[in-house]
Amino acid sequence: MIEQRAVTTKPETQQPLLSVRDLKVAFPSEAGRVDAVRGVSFDLHRGKTLGIVGESGSGKSVTSMAVMGLLPDYASVTGSVTLGGDNLLDLDDRQMSKVRGRRIGMIFQDPLSSLTPIFSIGAQIVEALQIHQDISTAAAWKRAVELLDLVGIPNPDRRAKGFPHEFSGGMRQRAVIAMAIANDPDLIIADEPTTALDVTVQAQILDVLKTAQRETGAAVVMITHDLGVVAGSADDVMVMYAGRAVERAGVDELFARPRMPYTIGLMGAIPRLDDRARGALIPVPGTPPLLVDLPDACPFAARCPVVQDACLQGEPPLVALAGSDTGDEHAAACLRAAEIDGGAIGGTPIYPVPAVRESGVAAVPREDRPKVLELSGVTKTFPLTRGGLLKRKVGTVFAVNGIDLDIHEGETLGLVGESGCGKTTTLLEIMGLQPPEQGSIAVCGQDTANLRRRQDISAVRRNIQMVFQDPMGALDPRMTVFDILAEPLRAIGERDRRTLDTKVGDLMELVGLDPEHRDRFPSAFSGGQRQRIGIARALATKPQLLVLDEPVSALDVSVQAGVINLLNDLKAELGLSYLFVAHDLSVVRHISDRVAVMYLGRIVEIGATDSVFDDPRHPYTRALLSAIPLPDPVAERTRDRVLLKGDLPSPTDDRPGCRFVSRCPLHLTLSDPQKEQCRGVTPPLTARGGSDHRDACHFADTTTSTSVDN
Amino acid sequence: MAINMPGVGPDAEGLSPAAAPAEDPAKAARGGGRTSPLKLYARRFARNKAALLGLVLFALLVFFSVFGRFLTHWNFTEADFTALTVSPGVSGHLLGTNAAGNDVYAQLVHGLGRSLVIAVTVSLLTTAIAGLFGTTAAYFGGKVERAMLGFVHFLLILPSFLIIALVGTHYRGEWQVLVVVLTLFGWMLTARVIWSLATSLREREYVMAARFMGVSPMRTIVRHLVPNIGSLLIVTFTLGVASTVQAETALSFIGFGVKQPDVSLGSMLADGQNTLSTAPWLFYLPAALVVLLTVAMALIGDGLRDALDPTSQSGGRA
Repeated sequence: MIEQRAVTTKPETQQPLLSVRDLKVAFPSEAGRVDAVRGVSFDLHRGKTLGIVGESGSGKSVTSMAVMGLLPDYASVTGSVTLGGDNLLDLDDRQMSKVRGRRIGMIFQDPLSSLTPIFSIGAQIVEALQIHQDISTAAAWKRAVELLDLVGIPNPDRRAKGFPHEFSGGMRQRAVIAMAIANDPDLIIADEPTTALDVTVQAQILDVLKTAQRETGAAVVMITHDLGVVAGSADDVMVMYAGRAVERAGVDELFARPRMPYTIGLMGAIPRLDDRARGALIPVPGTPPLLVDLPDACPFAARCPVVQDACLQGEPPLVALAGSDTGDEHAAACLRAAEIDGGAIGGTPIYPVPAVRESGVAAVPREDRPKVLELSGVTKTFPLTRGGLLKRKVGTVFAVNGIDLDIHEGETLGLVGESGCGKTTTLLEIMGLQPPEQGSIAVCGQDTANLRRRQDISAVRRNIQMVFQDPMGALDPRMTVFDILAEPLRAIGERDRRTLDTKVGDLMELVGLDPEHRDRFPSAFSGGQRQRIGIARALATKPQLLVLDEPVSALDVSVQAGVINLLNDLKAELGLSYLFVAHDLSVVRHISDRVAVMYLGRIVEIGATDSVFDDPRHPYTRALLSAIPLPDPVAERTRDRVLLKGDLPSPTDDRPGCRFVSRCPLHLTLSDPQKEQCRGVTPPLTARGGSDHRDACHFADTTTSTSVDN
Repeated sequence: MAINMPGVGPDAEGLSPAAAPAEDPAKAARGGGRTSPLKLYARRFARNKAALLGLVLFALLVFFSVFGRFLTHWNFTEADFTALTVSPGVSGHLLGTNAAGNDVYAQLVHGLGRSLVIAVTVSLLTTAIAGLFGTTAAYFGGKVERAMLGFVHFLLILPSFLIIALVGTHYRGEWQVLVVVLTLFGWMLTARVIWSLATSLREREYVMAARFMGVSPMRTIVRHLVPNIGSLLIVTFTLGVASTVQAETALSFIGFGVKQPDVSLGSMLADGQNTLSTAPWLFYLPAALVVLLTVAMALIGDGLRDALDPTSQSGGRA
């Protein structure tokens, strides 16, 4: 059984469980010594959760790796890491192996690569148990089943015999959590535990993590880039920048009164789900410094709008602020922290709000504008085959199942849904410009079924271009920016070097890049700049419609805001239309005019953005909206959650009936004949109350509040 | 062990320190200059002492094959009937003569040059064919891919060594013919490897982007696919030189390769093995050159593979 450990003594009076002092980590590189972590200190008490937030490259993951002793040999690690009295940095790898898994449990970002594919889940937990404890295999197996039950895996005795590939992403992460708490550790380190998961699954996993912490009484270090996750799960928060902690406080204090300009910038840059006014976001200018030969100055000075000469005269230490009590200390590494109040100095906001450009197109009513994209009844299936040599068809996956969409000129349609719901397949169907299996696709009034000749296809290609998710993967690393931007122009027959030169220069200016940099390779640019190059490339042929596949999800929040503003400006300036695919609903709310929610290849709800977000009707949309963590600890604790059970089922059959039945919280509350209708009749998209807001649920209007408890 | 863990190591989390020049970090912080990839690879290659040794060795061998003949007045075809099978140093023959009175030094210089020309040409051609064939099959996929791979598999099961030997004999040991047949039967395995690598490359977003922009297939292959397996091609080429030298030597040794009056290292070995006990220098001198050449190429290939591979540990220590 899992030992129930009650925390009786007050944390303040205890010795800290984990105490990190002046931790420094450096790596070798071609450019010189990279100081990834530059003196981090913190204490963590039993039963408490410390959230470490920061952008990529801030040293948060390296800090946790150093605590676990998982850094490669060529890294130099100094300082002290004390866990219950032992300095972990003094232990060699073999001694550390006894600590890892026994006293420290680890949860990594990618649940697939943290499990061995060739052993069953149960066997892996048994292994974790038997390495550190002297128990029989039968007893260990029994314990493994209990653990799987604890983390919410249904039928644990049967599922324990399953292999990792038979588990979905969320189930795998549950199994990893089960392994992490198998030996009742004192400390659990979770490195971006939910980043690879969908929002509805993320909400479940954060819940499981809380259960695990309650059961073991362990302290948790939660590393994440998502301020919303921190707001909901941490007790204390440490904000890291350029390898140092720049602000540290209790979670309520930090979100209510941030004192370091960087923290304020991070919070201002996130689009808020509960924000109706669609003003421009406030990006943090510039990029984080390279951690090679840093000068003795505030590392944020180059990006800080309230920088003073004193900031460049030495790096400010992390000092406790006056007026904060010792129990819940608020510390910031900023010389002007005392002046900063409510994101402003002397009443003036630190970050000026950029102006929004108004679109001229918006003046014309939607119905009068021409359609740039129209999908009706588009279906895409994949055959499911079995057998090696002679492949038999054993079924069909309905990746996209009869989708109707239209986008008018100057309009942004946000397409949202969990991974596996068919968003990307829909995009590829559109971009392929081939007639779909069923239904039709029309781009700028041209039906793809009528495109036979090559010239016709390339004429339509000019009007529709795509921006990809991964700004690194979408740019050929071996081509210069000039060649990358000239490629689409050359593809439509532009050969003259001088014309190309001026066009490429114009494009780079359009997206806010310096045309002087045209001869550089993509690796010389930061993530946000690379995404700007990707957007410039898509704009090269002057398209009317841009298809954006998660264009900001790979970017840090401070950079993401700038790219979103750019997209909004371009739309207003060039009269573009966007098909914007994203899983981040806050971003979608900020940028879209209309939203379509997809579930298992079908659209379950579509309508104007405010109407869908303020009055979600389909139970799935409601669950999706409530699963998103808000960067506001007070709101996080008080709001009602609709936690969905289970994961996305596989869309292998095309039976009639609502596809959401297996996870629907509303379905459980219905009477038997109503349930029958859900299972037997496919709900069509129906408008309610004559508006343009349609949903595909038989009983969306039967309940007004769905506070379904789980 | 922990090298490939996310978020660990010098290249973690987009720090990309490789993009910054070492000499001017302040400039790098502003996003200023960058080390050219070539310079970077050269620096990483230079950290590998064995690879540097291989490079020096290879340069010396090339130098020897080009300028070696100026150290003697003998021509490799010329027979000195006054000195048959003399030991090195005797009667003006630096490294002695063989049974027909040919100067061994002159023959070594020429034979090394011949072997090098054959090896470099064949390796260059096979790498080029394999690169194009593999990436083309991968780019198109579907039926084209299956047909092209079927062709490769068919060629792989042919007894190529036998065919090469027969064709070589038919053309009486012309080295140009040898180049053609060695190329024709030498590219398939590499093409197969490159294909499997390029299949993951074709799923990359920049290849998809090119397709959506309407860039023609051949252009996409040449501009996007081939350059991005460039490091593999370079390594394949280097190691291909070593294996071609061995193949050519083997063919010539059993009498199917280069024939009199032309000389290659292999034909010299074949000659020398008859008189191994009476005139050992006739065998051991060309054998030593073959060993030096293959070792040099293997060392260079190894060094290149480490230098071009971003996950290798050529980055030194902190």
